[in-house]
Amino acid sequence: MALLEVRDLTVTFGDGPRAVEAVRGVSFDLERGETLAIVGESGSGKSVTALSILQLLPYPHARHGAATRIRFDGTELVGAPPEILRQVRGGRIGMVFQEPMTSLNPLHTVARQIGETLLLHKGLTGEPARARTLELLSMVGLANAADRLDAYPHQLSGGQRQRVMIAMALATEPDILIADEPTTAVDVTIQAQLLKLLKELQARFGMAMLLITHDLGIVRNMASRVLVMTQGEVVEEGPTADIFSSPQHPYTRRLLAAEPKGQPLVPPADAAEIMRGDDIKVWFPIRRGVLRRTVGHIKAVDGVSVSVREGHTVGVVGESGSGKTTLGLALLRLQRSEGRIAFLGQPIDQLGWRALRPLRRQMQVVFQDPYGSLSPRLSVMDIVAEGIGVHRLARDSAEKRAMVEAALAEVGLDPATADRYPHEFSGGQRQRIAIARALVLKPRFVVLDEPTSALDMSVQAQIVDLLRDLQSRHRLAYLFISHDLKVVRALADTVIVMRDGKVVEAGPSDEIFDRPRMDYTKALMAAALRLEAVETGAVRT
Amino acid sequence: MTAAPPAAGAAAPTHPTFLGRRISPLTGRRLASFRANRRGFWSLWIFLALFLVSLFAEFVANDRPFLVKYDGGYYWPVFVDYPEETFGGFLPHTDYRDPNIAEEIRAKGWMIWPLIPYSYDTINFDLTVPAPAPPSAGNWLGTDDQGRDVVARLIYGFRISVLFGLTLTLASSVIGIAAGAVQGYFGGLVDLLFQRFIEIWSGLPVLYLLIILASVVEPNFWWLLSLMLLFSWMALVGVVRAEFLRARNFDYVRAARALGVGDTVIMIRHVLPNAMVATLTFMPFILNGSITTLTSLDFLGFGLPPGSASLGELLSQGKANLQAPWLGLTAFATLALMLSLLIFVGEAVRDAFDPRKTVR
Repeated sequence: MALLEVRDLTVTFGDGPRAVEAVRGVSFDLERGETLAIVGESGSGKSVTALSILQLLPYPHARHGAATRIRFDGTELVGAPPEILRQVRGGRIGMVFQEPMTSLNPLHTVARQIGETLLLHKGLTGEPARARTLELLSMVGLANAADRLDAYPHQLSGGQRQRVMIAMALATEPDILIADEPTTAVDVTIQAQLLKLLKELQARFGMAMLLITHDLGIVRNMASRVLVMTQGEVVEEGPTADIFSSPQHPYTRRLLAAEPKGQPLVPPADAAEIMRGDDIKVWFPIRRGVLRRTVGHIKAVDGVSVSVREGHTVGVVGESGSGKTTLGLALLRLQRSEGRIAFLGQPIDQLGWRALRPLRRQMQVVFQDPYGSLSPRLSVMDIVAEGIGVHRLARDSAEKRAMVEAALAEVGLDPATADRYPHEFSGGQRQRIAIARALVLKPRFVVLDEPTSALDMSVQAQIVDLLRDLQSRHRLAYLFISHDLKVVRALADTVIVMRDGKVVEAGPSDEIFDRPRMDYTKALMAAALRLEAVETGAVRT
Repeated sequence: MTAAPPAAGAAAPTHPTFLGRRISPLTGRRLASFRANRRGFWSLWIFLALFLVSLFAEFVANDRPFLVKYDGGYYWPVFVDYPEETFGGFLPHTDYRDPNIAEEIRAKGWMIWPLIPYSYDTINFDLTVPAPAPPSAGNWLGTDDQGRDVVARLIYGFRISVLFGLTLTLASSVIGIAAGAVQGYFGGLVDLLFQRFIEIWSGLPVLYLLIILASVVEPNFWWLLSLMLLFSWMALVGVVRAEFLRARNFDYVRAARALGVGDTVIMIRHVLPNAMVATLTFMPFILNGSITTLTSLDFLGFGLPPGSASLGELLSQGKANLQAPWLGLTAFATLALMLSLLIFVGEAVRDAFDPRKTVR
């Protein structure tokens, strides 16, 4: 008998005509000590499946089907009394959530958060609980664990918080650890460290692990068996090696083929320089005391120089907080900065808002989150046409409409959809709308701020292809900001590696990717492309 | 006319419409959610019906007939003030309730009276008991202590209360939203100074100012409105400012800035719709507050000029004439009904704008 048996799991949200079936007839077993990965894109029902095991869904708004059985070590969990569920939750089945910012209580110290679990499940209090907490924290590799016992979550970094979450989940030595996208919210170098840690801990305790992820790289690295889900159903199941070598279901094949591919364009090296920034500095003052005296600066961008030529793509990579986005906004003069900025040879760093306005047409930006960058109350037509109105590019509404429809067609959307609203589109389609909004003005320079990070893998590849296609057609100059090195490799011909506002390494992308010189770059490449944690001290924990 | 086939085939979405105009699906969902709250939905209709009736108070309760046929000619006393000599008298204005005039008109024609043949200031001299007279066939809810019909005063009082409330709410919302928007959007020093100003301003004692005013001028509708407005605009500043502070860093606002859109347009087109959710949710409650304020001022005697129809004045008459319970009860029931209806509408609006609330 398997440790966990899930049979015919069905989850319905709501009832009547508005009911949504999130999961349909999912069955699987989880044996002791094995790692099962559930992969799928957003909306495939993988997280709902994980939450059903612990019966954590918002009942009775969510309902299970009549045939649904979830047996954990012989105990039926569906409809189990609260006492049994409380013992299982956090006791015999531990869970690690995606977002370390919100899954720790911001008002409790680390010791208190873990102590609560120990109190509930082990009855430990006082000094023994503190000692056990310290032991757990050193086990998950939290540096200076003794000093961090009384730290609050905001005093820890994302990776450290996730380590605390893991320590909490492990506090009761559970039989199963459910990890729901445990590394999605952290940087690649941290991700590699956390995955390594999870693997070690699993081997040490002989836990079974249910890993929920959308990242095939992680699956390949961690899991022994894989469950592929799409639209609430399991379409394929099998050992990891088989799934990767000979996928049977068309969806799995599409998922595997979805990695961003292709080579950056090879534009002439002596193309005209479109945008040039010299020694760009963005310092935020830190003020203290009654008189708000400036005692220091947070150096978001500290003396970075960058040059983008026509038809070229400069990739800016780095971890969160390295100043990539701030640099992009500074070049567009959307962020106050010091240093010389020249656009088409004309210095623009001293120009006022009015003088800049005509130039805005030629430099555009596409943001990361396609859900946040489109106003939900405007139709696609209004969104794309906004710039046309500002720069008076159209003589009448018919011409305006024609321009919008041309731009939509160019990014691969049906022009007939111009009158719909953003919520009717998927994430990838929304990102196309955002690109159309920039493109309709016929810009020369576009800042792409993580344009693919919020999208599913298969959609990422399409957007990368689209961007490359547009670049070759219009000889656009891109500043491509991303933490995803695979995407950067597929698009950028020059790469700048940033850390703490400074340039660590810069050069042609072949050299940076294949022959990195700096330790930090090497660690970043290993973590991002091979999910390896490099322990040379070049990266933070 | 030929029917245009949907361009995108089966996938063409059906856009919701409201009063024949196409609206965004978000608004459509909110309307559906509002309708789904039956109590609020019916409250709105009942309130609108009552308000509509009270708007035409002159046709419902008046001491002049609608239409008079006299000596072969037609007269419209509701609209035109005819001198009495038209009907064979000698006074500059006609009192159609005067038995002599009424008899004269009936002899040579007829007249059609409104449902309630009293205006708010018509004194019923035909009372057989001392005022305040109890409810009777002639005065459905009795008369007040000056012999004026309570139903007529109620209709006019309701109208002035609601109109005062609506005007005050609208005006203070416009000022409050503008002030909150500027503070939230620009932040920094503007925000700091404005906030300190509001803190000081909101500390001023409104009631004392009103009492002082009442001793200097005779307060009328507009005086009261402007004085209340001086202090009521601050209600919305907080929420609107918070929404603007939040929304000015949204990606779509930054995208608009990158397109070169100016500050005013960004504020109105991109940020304001966010703030409108909080504002519209607050509005019915502000309306209620305004109505209550006017009523209490009238009750205390610092409100509308003496003689005007007002619910607060009716309440204070009820308090002064405990032997005539119909006065107090009528005023209480009317206020309770009006305020409850508005609160129910407010709850439905709040539900409609609550993104977490699903339509069941």
